[in-house]
Amino acid sequence: MITNRLPGSRANNTRLLILSLAAALPLAIVIGLISGAAQLTATESLQALWHLAGGHNTGQAETIVGRIRLPRVLLAAVMGANLAMCGAAMQGLFRNPLADPSLIGVTAGASLGGALVIVTGGRLLEGYMGLTLISAGAFLGGVLAVLFVYRLATSANGTSVATMLLAGIAITALAGALGSMLEFFVDNEMLRRISLWKMGGLDGASYPRLWLGGSVSIALLLALPRYAAALNALLLGESEARHLGIDIPRTKLALVVWVAIGVGTSVALVGTIAFVGLVVPHLIRLLIGPNHRYLLPASALAGALLLVIADTLARVALSPTELPVGIITAIVGVPFFISLLRQRHHYGMQS
Amino acid sequence: MSTLQLEKVNASPWGTPLLSGISVAVTAGSALGIVGPNGAGKTSLLRLIAGDFTADSGSMRITNQELADLPPRLRARQLAYLPQFSLLNFPYTVEEVVILGRTPHDTGHTEDQRILDAVLASVDISALRDRLYTQLSGGEKQRVQLARVLAQIWDDDSMENKILLLDEPTTALDLAHQQQLLDIVRDLKQRLCTVLVVIHDFNLLASIADQVLVLDHGMQVTHGTPHEVYQPSLFADLFDTRVLINTHPTRGYPFVIPQ
Repeated sequence: MITNRLPGSRANNTRLLILSLAAALPLAIVIGLISGAAQLTATESLQALWHLAGGHNTGQAETIVGRIRLPRVLLAAVMGANLAMCGAAMQGLFRNPLADPSLIGVTAGASLGGALVIVTGGRLLEGYMGLTLISAGAFLGGVLAVLFVYRLATSANGTSVATMLLAGIAITALAGALGSMLEFFVDNEMLRRISLWKMGGLDGASYPRLWLGGSVSIALLLALPRYAAALNALLLGESEARHLGIDIPRTKLALVVWVAIGVGTSVALVGTIAFVGLVVPHLIRLLIGPNHRYLLPASALAGALLLVIADTLARVALSPTELPVGIITAIVGVPFFISLLRQRHHYGMQS
Repeated sequence: MSTLQLEKVNASPWGTPLLSGISVAVTAGSALGIVGPNGAGKTSLLRLIAGDFTADSGSMRITNQELADLPPRLRARQLAYLPQFSLLNFPYTVEEVVILGRTPHDTGHTEDQRILDAVLASVDISALRDRLYTQLSGGEKQRVQLARVLAQIWDDDSMENKILLLDEPTTALDLAHQQQLLDIVRDLKQRLCTVLVVIHDFNLLASIADQVLVLDHGMQVTHGTPHEVYQPSLFADLFDTRVLINTHPTRGYPFVIPQ
């Protein structure tokens, strides 16, 4: 099926996929806006949305849709886009289609940073513009862990991605152990707070969080495609990319820093959300190939779509109880991912 | 004028000396063959010129410019390297792999597509252009990589300032494609491209190389035309093999037959 492609079929696939994703995303957002625990019919929600668009913020329905659902659904979209773009960049940098953005220690570092702040009393200090100190701690923890990993992997001969991978595993283990130690010493109430925060969720969504997450998303959307040519060349191998005139140290550092910022922000704002960064770019590559000029924006759209749908499911599946969205992405993601692994040989991917 | 000039180059990228005292000059439109036993430093010399590591001392110049001073993108427009094997395992199409060769250039889509067509035709892989690279055979992959490095330095007018480094380019190829590769190298020479090539087969090498550089333990053993270099004593010393040296009946280059 794939072996004998018709000329130009990949270009057509790419166009079709990006257009479909761009059409599906607003649709999913609207469905997300009209679903939820509150007793609102779809018509009432749509009317409320219409009123909000016209600038009339009058009733209860408008408050629920405008103040609670809208920032939440949009935050899901920008976080999904962040994670998927960071995943695509990491898979390119590591030349491994199974790489995950958390490989370089950012997720574990952020979890530890957040847990540290929870334990040391961050909840007493409500931070600036609704962003808690927990978020700041998580972001800092994530970025510091990545810089440490990068430092460990850098020698006079440059930065080794293989060493970075191993250092990432080591730092992830260390941060995990320190986190467990924290959890071991705190009381039950604190333990529950930590584990709930770690599970992730979009229930803390607010406009300040949306603006922050959205700005990081836009920054990634503008910054990462500038490295598309470098990532494309890197897939040939590091030496080959250097022979093509790519500045390897600068590319590596830039990508690692952007991924730290992107994933650090997402852990800080919505906790750890599994599998979006791994599965989305992998799936998009399966459909349109590894050219990062298209892979990065298409992954952003698909990541946004996936997280909006997952969050909607998380809200309505056991309504009025809400599931953490990280659980949904993992439950949906793992079987899907396993089926991808089993099909790998169909599109010529080698181990 | 020499396109590539190495003078007393020493390199020890990992502490121990890898190459020492290499001095060689290659003129535009000629090919230098590099031979030697396994571990002699042949690939290291190509990688040194390609910029994978730096020399400790000595001078390496291309078109009278110190190689180390050349910005990476400008160097990449002049100098391309075909590695022994490729690690690429992402499902690019053949066309996408070859167009990666245009990465250092700002020639624009139309020109790049034209060059793509030209190099696909010259390596005779136009029929493979929409196939997935990961599904090709070893020899086909090697030819796609050759097309990629050709795209990197391709110029329709003259390739006088261009240098192509080939590391065992014939190893994965069948007889027909070996001959095709040699034809491509001869064609590149006619267009004044400078070629450095590592090939273990002395007879294939003699059919394209104007000069041969013999390395052993990172040092330059001898250097000259194939006729000067191919001596029974060299084969006895370096490879512990007794050979007869003959002359090719029609083409006139030396011919090595193990006894």
